[in-house]
Amino acid sequence: MKRKSHAALRKAVQAIWGLLTNAHLSGFVKGTIYQGPLKRFCVPGMNCYSCPGALGACPIGAMQALFNGRRRRFAFSVVGYLAAVGLLAGRFVCGWLCLFGLLQELLYKIPTPKLKVPEKADRVLRLLKYGVLLILVFALPFFWRGEGGAGEPFFCKYLCPVGTLEAGAPLVLLRGELRAAVGLLFRWKLLWLALILFSSVFVYRPFCKYLCPLGAFYSLFQKISLLRLSLDGEKCVSCGKCERTCPMDVRVTADPNSAECIRCGACVRSCPSGALHFTGGRWKLDGGASPSRKKPE
Amino acid sequence: MKRRIPTSVTLLLLGLAALCCLFGTLRGEGETVRAKAAAVCLECIGIG
Repeated sequence: MKRKSHAALRKAVQAIWGLLTNAHLSGFVKGTIYQGPLKRFCVPGMNCYSCPGALGACPIGAMQALFNGRRRRFAFSVVGYLAAVGLLAGRFVCGWLCLFGLLQELLYKIPTPKLKVPEKADRVLRLLKYGVLLILVFALPFFWRGEGGAGEPFFCKYLCPVGTLEAGAPLVLLRGELRAAVGLLFRWKLLWLALILFSSVFVYRPFCKYLCPLGAFYSLFQKISLLRLSLDGEKCVSCGKCERTCPMDVRVTADPNSAECIRCGACVRSCPSGALHFTGGRWKLDGGASPSRKKPE
Repeated sequence: MKRRIPTSVTLLLLGLAALCCLFGTLRGEGETVRAKAAAVCLECIGIG
């Protein structure tokens, strides 16, 4: 029951956050996008800024927009902002504030046999997201220049399913001139989106696990972020329940702050001995004294 | 035995990240982002 209410709370937070950051609802009727001053600020999760409802900017899109201009610029503000979010909470944003993550989770709830990716393949595939971050978000937009000296937002253009879902599909449906301009690229992105959504039915959050550059960026801070997962080795009874519960297949007792943990808290709720808890700096967030620093046996 | 990174290191890095953010903002990056985000991004939707 405790676990179910926690999962419901997390879903509610994800949905409310999604609504708050996409509150320009008239855009979904008129086919327009919000153009006000809030657009200069990035939201912490993947949220396409061309989504008719979006009030803020997507940090991955913003980063590429700064990299690929005619005057090449490093995206100090966006990188600093994302580093700050990562240093505060690691991949908490992935688990609690990402609308595309929520959609994948809901699709995974469809009752079908689930696919277990072989461990070796899974380990290699999880490295892909770092390649996507390095090559498609940083290197190509920064160094590659096409005709007229302008670069391209490679990740947004070729690989981002969020833009197709939140912006491409509604805008193409609502605006005739965009519908007339649809070509091979749009069809590719639609097919890619369909593939990711379809695989989400069988694999838990495949985009987050294997391809998301934002998750890759935040994961760099998992081990040093203020919000961390702590394991009390004295209380742990090695029942393995946390690892069986973890939807991201993290080996919680061996590495509670793994780069793959999305800080959803499922392991904390499932622990029968209360050995796992979140800490914020020196403080145990669920009350009480500082966490024990003893390692598990 | 793995050592836990002290909170002071995290706070120091947090300060650096804030400075980085401030520097970017002062040189007008926010306006570039707004200009891009306030228009329909054809690449993002798969047309450009």
